[in-house]
Amino acid sequence: MNSPSTPDRDVLVDIRDVHFARAGRPVLQGMRLSVARGRITVILGGSGCGKTTLLNLIGGRLRPDRGEILVDGQSVPSLGTRALYELRKRMALLFQSGALFTDLTVFENVAFPIREHTRLPESLLRKVVLMKLETVGLRGARDLMPAELSGGMARRVALARAIALDPMMVMYDEPFTGLDPISMGVIAQLIRNLNRALGITSVVVTHDVAEAMTIADHVYLIGDGRVIAEGGPQAMQASSEEHVRQFLDGLPDGPVRFHYPAADYVDDLRHPGSRA
Amino acid sequence: MTDTAVHRIGRWALARIVRLGHATAFLHVLLVRSWRLPSRPGPAAAKAARLVVHQLFSVGVLTLAIILVSGIFVGMVLGLQGYNTLVDFGSEASLGLLVALSLTRELGPVVTALLFAGRAGSALTAEIGLMKATEQLAGMEMMAVNPMTRVIAPRFVAGLISLPLLAAMFTVIGIYGGYVVGVIQLGVDAGVYWSQMQDRVDFYDDVVNGLIKGVVFGFVVSWIAVFEGYDSVPTSAGVASATTRTVVSASLAVLGLDFIMTALMMGGS
Amino acid sequence: MLNNRLIEFWVGVFVIAGLVALTMLAFRVSNLTAMETVDGYKVTARFNNVGQLKVKAPITLAGVRIGRVSEIVFDSDKYQAVVTLEIDGRFRKIPRDSSASILTAGLLGEQYVGLEAGADEEFLRQGDSLMLTQSALVLEKLIGQLVANLASSSGKK
Repeated sequence: MNSPSTPDRDVLVDIRDVHFARAGRPVLQGMRLSVARGRITVILGGSGCGKTTLLNLIGGRLRPDRGEILVDGQSVPSLGTRALYELRKRMALLFQSGALFTDLTVFENVAFPIREHTRLPESLLRKVVLMKLETVGLRGARDLMPAELSGGMARRVALARAIALDPMMVMYDEPFTGLDPISMGVIAQLIRNLNRALGITSVVVTHDVAEAMTIADHVYLIGDGRVIAEGGPQAMQASSEEHVRQFLDGLPDGPVRFHYPAADYVDDLRHPGSRA
Repeated sequence: MTDTAVHRIGRWALARIVRLGHATAFLHVLLVRSWRLPSRPGPAAAKAARLVVHQLFSVGVLTLAIILVSGIFVGMVLGLQGYNTLVDFGSEASLGLLVALSLTRELGPVVTALLFAGRAGSALTAEIGLMKATEQLAGMEMMAVNPMTRVIAPRFVAGLISLPLLAAMFTVIGIYGGYVVGVIQLGVDAGVYWSQMQDRVDFYDDVVNGLIKGVVFGFVVSWIAVFEGYDSVPTSAGVASATTRTVVSASLAVLGLDFIMTALMMGGS
Repeated sequence: MLNNRLIEFWVGVFVIAGLVALTMLAFRVSNLTAMETVDGYKVTARFNNVGQLKVKAPITLAGVRIGRVSEIVFDSDKYQAVVTLEIDGRFRKIPRDSSASILTAGLLGEQYVGLEAGADEEFLRQGDSLMLTQSALVLEKLIGQLVANLASSSGKK
């Protein structure tokens, strides 16, 4: 762990002892993790364990109750609006839904951040957009509307839009969810290529173990609002720690209980009046 | 814990007040963003103008048909009802005056605002709510584009501009509706229809006051519509109920404000 | 989606139609033009009683509207009402000895000032004063007179 006074040049995102509660329910409790520059970091965790919250904290859309979040040496929670927007131009978040603008064509969607933040002449802008679309293999789909795209294609367009301004980092929120195996493979391939070819730091939040393990440089397993285990993909596969085993092997019961916390079963059945 | 009616009323009132606070804070940001739209540096101002023009299309132009059709019918009904009432007093010559005064002072701005809330206001709420539900607004934020400037403020400004113009068109077409029934059908003299109107409709007391109402209604209806959309629960049920709330609260606000403004204008003159 | 030029065109139509409607409200429906008598001139007339006459009431000559009442003030020396009549510049040739009376349009209508042309060779000019005036008829007084007349005529029988 680095001391706050000496930020590590190789660490792009540093999350230190972050606590966050939503509507009184704790989501993150003492989260600590760091993302290495130019690597693919995978954050694994069950549904509803605060993975998306974590990405929103890094992106500055939420503020932690306690703790520090450093991105490229800047403390995100203490940035003003202008500085935060400057920082956001250098990082992209790929939403699970894609979040494409439904009233714009594929081309205009990818052109959107370029039009907003630069003053490229139209001919140059066209070249940049087509290059980005070519990267994700959808140059031919430029005139389609988002409603005409399949789930996998929509996510690829969203990815092209995310890298339109050549960010230093892309965060992927559940990039594999709801895709067929081929589309999944395509997305995994793209994440790896963008990382290897362009050196884009990648943070992948997912619960899809198999795909995650194929692309990860470093894996964090989180649960109960904190990191349970971390390590390289091989080390994680070989781990005998019971949380890791339960998650990687998909066991229904283990340290993470099958039952949602509830009153005693027999008592509950005997008192029909109480619904809690 | 006992939950009496008093508790429930208290909780309801507190929730209303909190929501009003949110809406006010939202309005503050909205006004700042709207004000800054034209004052942004060169090309950004042109871009903002284009955004407002696009919204004028979906908010104003697309509402035009319903406004014109309603206007002509309201005017025709006024002509018919007014004639039948006035003819008993032998003063059907005042028909033009009656139609024009009813429309400029009350019906023009109020009916336009109600129709606007139903047609354009609900569409604004639904559109913004869906953009929120599909994470388009969040996506914009993460692309370092402020949705307040890019999405919300242009829609608000377009609503603010559209409503007074629509109200004026409603009033004029309504006066012609009254003309069709009163003059062409029932035989009131055309010259009398217009001259009585011109003699007694006052530009400041009637026309300008009606216009002020239009501007105020445009402000309130647009504010409610974009706030409900921006504040909606990002699910299909949430967007649906936000849309309903827009129509209900905007209509009530229009009718309530109309009473207050009318009282102030009558008292002042 | 419609293309930009079409949207711009329709928004242009919309804004122009709105402005035309506003202009019509100002000039065709309301009295904005009638209020500003172009190149007009003002004359005064004294009445013992103006009845319900109000500022902006029309002034007619032979039934044609030629101007508006621009001011009504009370002269505390003579206990009379001084009415300022603003007459449109198009009507310059009104004899100086014309008379003014306060008339009522219809049974329940608004009151207005009716001029009746005299025979003078000179015409009214800015600042002139009308000498011959007839006050508004007050309904109660009329009825009172009528009743008195009826009573006296029946008493003669």
